[in-house]
Amino acid sequence: MESSIFRFILRHSVRQQIVLTLMTLASFPFLYASLDLPKRIVNEAIAGKKLPESFLGFHLDQVTYLFVLCGLFLTLVLVNGAFKYVINTYKGRLGERMLRRLRYELYVRVLRFPLPRFRKMSSGEIIPMITAEVEPLGGFIGDAIAIPVFQGGTLLVYIAFIFVQDPVLGAAAVSLYPFQGWLIPRLQRKVNQLGKQRVRAMRQIADRIGETVSGIQEVHTHNTASWHLADLSHRLGDVYRIRFEIYQRKFFVKFLNNFINQLTPFFFYSIGGYLVIHGQLSFGALVAVLAAYKDLAAPWKELLDWYQQKEDNRIKYEQVVEQFHVPDLLAERLLREEEDVPFKGSLSFRNVGFGEDGGSPILEGVTCDIPLDSHTALIGVGSGRDELAQLAARVLLPSSGQIRLGEHDYAELPESVTGRRAAYVGAAPYLFSASLYDNLVYGLRHRPLRENGESEEAAEHRKRRMTESVLSGNATDDVHADWIDYAAAGCDGPEDLKARILRVVTMVSLQDDVYGMGLNRTVDPERRPDVAARVMEARDAMRAMMLNNPDLGRLVERFDPDRYAANATLAENLLFGTPVGPIFQTDALASNPYMLHVLDKVGLTDTILETGHKVAETMVELFAGLPPGHEFFERFSFIGFAELPEYQAILARTAKEGLGALRPEERTRLMTLPFKLIGARHRLGLMTPDLEKKLLQARHLFASDLPADLKHAVAFFDPDAYNAAASIQDNILFGKMVYGQAQVQSKVGRIVAELVDQLHLRDTIVEVGLEHPVGVAGSRLSAAQRQKAALARALLKRPDLLVLSEATSGLDTSSQSKVHSAILGERKGCGLVWVLQRAGLARAFERVIVMKDGRIAEHGRFDELNRPGTLLHELVSAE
Amino acid sequence: MSIAEEVNCLRRIPLFANIDTSKLKLLAFTSERLSFRSGDILFEQDEMGTCAYILLRGEAEVIVTGPGGPLTVATLGSNEIVGEIAILCDVPRTATVRASSDLEALCVPKDHFLQMIADFPQMGLEIMRSLAHRLEQTTTRLREVLAAQAI
Repeated sequence: MESSIFRFILRHSVRQQIVLTLMTLASFPFLYASLDLPKRIVNEAIAGKKLPESFLGFHLDQVTYLFVLCGLFLTLVLVNGAFKYVINTYKGRLGERMLRRLRYELYVRVLRFPLPRFRKMSSGEIIPMITAEVEPLGGFIGDAIAIPVFQGGTLLVYIAFIFVQDPVLGAAAVSLYPFQGWLIPRLQRKVNQLGKQRVRAMRQIADRIGETVSGIQEVHTHNTASWHLADLSHRLGDVYRIRFEIYQRKFFVKFLNNFINQLTPFFFYSIGGYLVIHGQLSFGALVAVLAAYKDLAAPWKELLDWYQQKEDNRIKYEQVVEQFHVPDLLAERLLREEEDVPFKGSLSFRNVGFGEDGGSPILEGVTCDIPLDSHTALIGVGSGRDELAQLAARVLLPSSGQIRLGEHDYAELPESVTGRRAAYVGAAPYLFSASLYDNLVYGLRHRPLRENGESEEAAEHRKRRMTESVLSGNATDDVHADWIDYAAAGCDGPEDLKARILRVVTMVSLQDDVYGMGLNRTVDPERRPDVAARVMEARDAMRAMMLNNPDLGRLVERFDPDRYAANATLAENLLFGTPVGPIFQTDALASNPYMLHVLDKVGLTDTILETGHKVAETMVELFAGLPPGHEFFERFSFIGFAELPEYQAILARTAKEGLGALRPEERTRLMTLPFKLIGARHRLGLMTPDLEKKLLQARHLFASDLPADLKHAVAFFDPDAYNAAASIQDNILFGKMVYGQAQVQSKVGRIVAELVDQLHLRDTIVEVGLEHPVGVAGSRLSAAQRQKAALARALLKRPDLLVLSEATSGLDTSSQSKVHSAILGERKGCGLVWVLQRAGLARAFERVIVMKDGRIAEHGRFDELNRPGTLLHELVSAE
Repeated sequence: MSIAEEVNCLRRIPLFANIDTSKLKLLAFTSERLSFRSGDILFEQDEMGTCAYILLRGEAEVIVTGPGGPLTVATLGSNEIVGEIAILCDVPRTATVRASSDLEALCVPKDHFLQMIADFPQMGLEIMRSLAHRLEQTTTRLREVLAAQAI
């Protein structure tokens, strides 16, 4: 990458810069003409001197001549404006393209960093460099050559103009320029140094903030917030000092400049005035010179600004690029080249070492053969096992020695070979913030394979996108194309792949988790009418099952439009549906005008208010004695600790003055409470048959009177329609689990599972579950689920060599052994290297490598090695 | 059955005899009430316990499975508490408890139970008294068995 910004600009935009310069130069004659014209208008047309006899063959009087000249002036204004417009657009486009190119190249570098580099460089440093730090460069690149040419040229035109009018005045106008040209770079130098310091200091702050975010748990665990605050404050203080000093110095440069510029008019008025008085200079010429000088100040100021900006950007560029100049960058061809080398025979390590510069070596003198058609276990004590595994998967490159695959140097093979034919899963794999499905097929997305059928217009749009990418030196692969390599997964298309994913997910014991995710997901029935229809079948089957077996009524209470559901909240009973959006959320109901209208109409308002009063009384009685932050508030109370005093005040007032004396907002507060009541759960004795009857009336009224503009805010419980706002499980049950039944959740779970299996719905639900978003870095999955997902991802691409490093450490013992045997079965006859936590597990492997402190201690078949005196024996017996 | 009735029930248990009504109400409100049918298992011997049960209505048998097979060692009725040992000292359940009629019980989760003891020392004392009483019974029984063996 170019080490200076000008080299970068010239290398990638020399043609555009020339075009810009030419356009700029072409604009000068017009600029000069527009300067000269006012003088002629004043001197010739208005003052009436030197009227031409004819103009372009036409005879003109004075007034007509004036209008002709003014018309010419207007034309010049337009021409100059057009030049500016075209040049600025061109510049803007050039700057944006160059910025895009720069960002892209930096990102390419990040991808080419050798992995150990990321131990020294945090994302907190890298991200602001590529995003914020280079941002101003875009604006500058368009100006880099055009501004000095344009403003310098303008300046020269003006100066030439003044010189033509009067050489002495011209000399006076520029007399101080050499001094300024000498002084300002000197002042700027210190500003530059400060600029460098500022960049470094800001980067460290970004790094610190990043660290705080990643380590936030530790901050709270160890009460170190004050320490972090002090640290940041200190750093911000440094930045403040640097920035203020830069500001002062820049301001001083400007001040000095302004002052010097103001000196020049002094010469004009004194010398020019003298010359006019003595008739050696026309009055019109002095006016024009003064006007030109006023214009002269502008380009000169622009030039100085440009100079300061140039220095600023030069430093920014150098500071960023410097960080991306890494000596052992991966060769670009490793990422780009398409090759195919089958993994056959064995991977031969010859005297391989690995270590970081400066540190003690992690691996030393490793010489062994890893067969690519059988299973190798890696066990041992001390460092090096995981590194050896990563070397075998070509995630790391050896720092000494050589690894050979047949006649190839393993380190020289492009990633199109190693990244497809080998796979590595570590103990803490990374999942991307996307759906589980996207994460599983991640390992199949190497190149765009098939175009996505799009409309004509979209194709046009895409073409424009691609042209732009080419012009900025960016990748031209279409991100919306179909990237999934079905053949790599051994499949012939999307349907086949789905089946294969289900098999792999089962292999790693993830199917129950995914099934659970699927049950709890909502499905848009318009997008997936098939799924909705199947779920409705299950609902019908569930209803039939409940009719046949009344006992099930003890576990599930079905929604019935004409019955109050004791296991649902009062709010759910009233809406008889699921709220969509904020309008009918439980907490908002007491202040919802439509809901209040419905309650009023059935005469329930006072009852709800009284019930709310009773709930408040009970809550205050139960929870008032508890300390703040007691978990009961969160789990059981209708009223948070912070709100208790307000409710106590309301209760005290009603005790004296009755419910009628309450202010509207106090009424709302009390009326909010009963909506959360679940009759079967809360057992407060407040749900009377009479109240339930009235609530049913309110339910029917709510639905029948609902204005059209609120229809979208609630998804009603309709026995014959799929509820898009409710999960699949809720759609199947179409009701609530009954409170107070022992193990009701697992019992209902089993019933639903049976039903699902009978209807062959499980695969569909698992498929829906695959759409589950895994969260940032997979945070919405448990550690065990993340490991299982990463294993599935690796297995799905059917690598020739699968390398696992404690990849099942987060699983419980029983699923661990299930997954182990499933993987060993799946990989029969294929390459497998497995770093095991327990030496005993190595028995199932054809070969065992026993490591000790970065060296191979023993190497061979398990039975051969497992005899008294060996390290393996020691490790096995220690278990 | 509403909270008020549950509180009345709790009041009849010696363990809670001296506790304020409002605290008993809190205990009842924060505990889940479970219904069991005759023959349902409340909990199994040797599994880890998560809650204690207060029987509100109905009966349950305590069954200990020893080398000689399962043996019913006691029958519990209303207003009795069962399963508190496992949650007091984190040991697996010492016996299986099975409903011998339709049964209503309050399930007091472990952390609430311990919290109540911490909040109300009176409850701690009552528990000590009841445990000491049981220890005394067990010791007497052991003495009888040893005496029988000696013969």
